[in-house]
Amino acid sequence: MDILQILFSDSFWAASLRIATPLIFGVLGALICEKSGVLNLGIEGIFVAGAMAGWMAVWLGAGLWGGLLVAAAVGGFFGLIHAVLTVPLGLSQHVSGLGVTMLATSVSYFAYRTALPDLSSPPRITPFQPLDIPILSDLPFIGPVLFQQTAMTWLALFLVVLVWWVLERTPLGLAIRAVGDNPDAVDAQGLSVYALRIGAVVVGSALMALGGAFLTMSAFDSFFFGMVNGRGWIVIALVIFASWRPRKALLGALLFGAFEAFQVRLQTQVGAFVPSQVFLMAPYVLSIFALVIVARRAEYPRALLKPWFKGQR
Amino acid sequence: MSQPRVLNLNAMSKRFGSVVANDAVSIELNRGEVLALLGENGAGKTTLMNMLFGHYLPDSGSIEVADADGKMQPLTLGHPQAALEAGIGMVHQHFTLAENLTALDNILLGAESLFSWRHKRREAKKKVAAIMARTGLLAPLDEKVGQLTVGERQRVEILKALYHDARILVLDEPTAVLTPQEADTLFENIGAMTKDGLSVIFISHKLREVLAFSQRIVVLRHGKKVGEIATDDADQQVIARMMVGEDTPAIPREMLKPGAPVLALKSLTVKGRSARTSLHAADLLIRAHEVVGIAGVSGNGQTALARVISGLEAPDGGEMWVGDTRILRFTPPVMQEAGIGRIPEDRHHDGVIGEMSVAENLVIERLGDPLVQNHGFLRQKEILTHAEELSRTYDIRGPGIEAEARLLSGGNIQKLILARVFEGQPQFILANQPTRGLDMGAAGEVARRLLEARTRGAGVLLISEDLDEILALSDRVMVIHDGRLSAAPDKDRAKIGLMMAGEPV
Repeated sequence: MDILQILFSDSFWAASLRIATPLIFGVLGALICEKSGVLNLGIEGIFVAGAMAGWMAVWLGAGLWGGLLVAAAVGGFFGLIHAVLTVPLGLSQHVSGLGVTMLATSVSYFAYRTALPDLSSPPRITPFQPLDIPILSDLPFIGPVLFQQTAMTWLALFLVVLVWWVLERTPLGLAIRAVGDNPDAVDAQGLSVYALRIGAVVVGSALMALGGAFLTMSAFDSFFFGMVNGRGWIVIALVIFASWRPRKALLGALLFGAFEAFQVRLQTQVGAFVPSQVFLMAPYVLSIFALVIVARRAEYPRALLKPWFKGQR
Repeated sequence: MSQPRVLNLNAMSKRFGSVVANDAVSIELNRGEVLALLGENGAGKTTLMNMLFGHYLPDSGSIEVADADGKMQPLTLGHPQAALEAGIGMVHQHFTLAENLTALDNILLGAESLFSWRHKRREAKKKVAAIMARTGLLAPLDEKVGQLTVGERQRVEILKALYHDARILVLDEPTAVLTPQEADTLFENIGAMTKDGLSVIFISHKLREVLAFSQRIVVLRHGKKVGEIATDDADQQVIARMMVGEDTPAIPREMLKPGAPVLALKSLTVKGRSARTSLHAADLLIRAHEVVGIAGVSGNGQTALARVISGLEAPDGGEMWVGDTRILRFTPPVMQEAGIGRIPEDRHHDGVIGEMSVAENLVIERLGDPLVQNHGFLRQKEILTHAEELSRTYDIRGPGIEAEARLLSGGNIQKLILARVFEGQPQFILANQPTRGLDMGAAGEVARRLLEARTRGAGVLLISEDLDEILALSDRVMVIHDGRLSAAPDKDRAKIGLMMAGEPV
C-alpha cells in the first residue's frame, strides 16, 4: 500500500528524473568515448572537476551558463590528457583512466581549499531554478514531473536526442562507430583514427563534466567533498546496461534514478525496522542484477580497449 | 598501346628491418587494363600495393597517377587519403570492414564530409544500387557485416571502392574466398567495369585465373620484378617457372584401400539462425586411408559442420562417432582426446594465439603432456627444443621460435598449425580451408602433409572452396548446399558445380 503510494506520487517521478540528470550527462559522455573505442575511467574525477569548476566559476561571477562552459572546458582538458595517453601513446586505458580520476579529484579539492582556506562552510551560489513553464507546469502529474525541472535537465534530454542523431544519422557518427569497431576500416578510408578518438574522448569528457556541474549548480548550490560519491562508476555500468545505445542509456539512467528515489522514500516509510544501509545499497544491487541480465547480450564496440597504431597491421 | 597510361610505379623499394620486401620495382598500368601481379607469398606483392595506397611509406621510389583529365600527377606518398583522392581503391585481403555496422554504413564510411547534419542515405542507396546493377556485385546492404559471408564481405569491399569513384582498383587475392563460379562472375564483372575505363590490378597466385582474366602479368619473386609478359604470350609452365623458379611437381597419390571408419556422423542436425549456420540431418562416414572433400559455396553450413566436429558447438540432434566411441560431450578437449586433429578455417584468429610465442603455440594443445610440464611447471628447455625440431621439420620460417606467432606470415602460421596437428598423429583430421590464401609452395606442403597422414592411416575431412584442390586431394567428394550434405556421384567438375548451386544432377 505504501509502495503504491510512492509509485503514484508525482514527487517520486520528479525526483527520479532529477537524480537521473547527472547520470544522463555522464552516460552520454562515456558512451561517446567508448563508441570510439576508448574506455574513460577518468569519469569519476571529471565529475568532481566539473562540479568544482562550474560552481567556482559561477561564484566568481561567470553566470550560470558561463559556469557550464567552464565546467565543460575543464572536463575536456582532463579528457585530452586521457586521450593523449591512451590513443597515440596506446597506454592502458584502465590505468590512465584511474590516474585521471585521482588527478582530477585531487586538483579540484586542492583548488577549492586554496581558494577558500578559511571557510568552514562553503559559500552558496544561486543555482538553476525550476523552469515553471506557465500552463504546462500546472498540468496534473506531468506538470510537476516534467515542467518543473531546471534547464539542465532539459539540456540533458536534448543532448540524448542530439547524441543519438549524431551517432546514428551523420557521417561523423558513422566514423566514430566505425573507429570503435575496426580502426583499420577508418584508416583505409583515409580518415584519422587518432583525431576521431581524441575528439570523441574530449567531447565525451566535457559532457561528463556537465553531469558534475549539475550537482553543484542545479541539485545543490555549493560544493563539498565526496559529493560525486561513485556516480561515475555507476555510469560505466549504465553504458554496458545500455548496450552502447543513447536511448537505452536514457532509460538506464532513469531506472537508476527511480531506484534511488524509491529507496529514499522507502526509508522514511519502513526505516524503523530495516537498517538504512540496506536501502542505500538497493540501487547498486539492482543495477548489478540489471547488468547481469542485459549485459550478456550487449554488443560492445569490438575495438574497445584496443590501442591502434598507424602503419601496424 | 593505344590506351593512355594511368599509373606509374617508379623503382619502389621498401625494407622491414633486414628484410627487403621490395627492391626497385617498377610497374605501369594503362586505362581499362587488367594487370595481374603474381608471386608466391612473401614475394612483396601486398607490400607494393600497400605503398601505392599509402599504408606504407616507401624507402625510395615515386608514384604518378593520372588525374581525372588524364594528366599524370605525382602522388603524395604515405597518405591513404591522397591515394583515395587520386582515384585509387584497394580491397585488402584481410577486409577492412567494421562488423557491427551495416554493409551500407561501411560503404558510406569516409564518402561524405564528416560534418554534415545527415547522411544522404537515399541517394547513396540509389548510387550503390546502380553500381550493383552495372557490375552484378550483390550484397545485402542493411545487414550487419558481421552477419555476411566472406564472399559477400568482399563484394561490400569492392562496392565501397567503386562508390568512392575509384579509377584504379587494386584487389589483393580476390578469389581466395570465392567458388570457381563466383570467381568467374567476379572477373566477368571486372571485364564490364574496365570497359567503363576502370583499370584493375589484382594480386593472385592462381595461375588459371591469371591466365584467363588478365591482359598483362607481372611476376614478383623475393621482392624483385622477375618477369613481365602479355597474357596472350604466357602459359602455365612459363609463369609458374617465373614464380617459383622451377617446375612445380604434381602431387603424387598412392592407391590405398579404405580401412575402418574413423568418423561417422548420423543425421547430425544443427538448428542455426539461418541456412548458413544450419545443418540438416547430415550423414557422413570417413574411413582410415581416406580423404573426403566437402565442396560448397561458403556459407552453406560448412561452419556448422566444422564447429561441431571441433567441439565448439553441440548439435541439436543426431550422433557423432569417432572410431568406436560415441561423442556425448561436444567440447574441444573431448575431440582432442578422441584423436581429432583440427586445422581451423581462420588460422590467424582460431589457429594461434598471436601474442604468444611460436614455441608456446606449438605445445598449446598438449599442456598436460609430461614432456611439456612437470607437476604444473612448464619445461621451458624441452618446449624450446621441441619447437626447434618442429620448425626444422615443417620449415616454419620467421623471426624465431621465441617470437610472437602473429609476426609469422600466413603460410608459416599454417605450417605451425600443421606441425602441431600432425605431431599428435591424429586418427582423424578436420582440414577447413587449409590452403586459403597460401602460395603454391605452402599449399603444396599442406597437400603433401594431408596425403602423408592418409598414408599413415588417418581419415581426412577436407572442407574447401577451391574445387581444384578438392578434386586433386579427395578420394570421395560430398557437396554441401543449404546445410544439406549429399554425395557427388563422381569427380565430375560440371556435376559438382551444379550441386553446389543447389541444382539437381
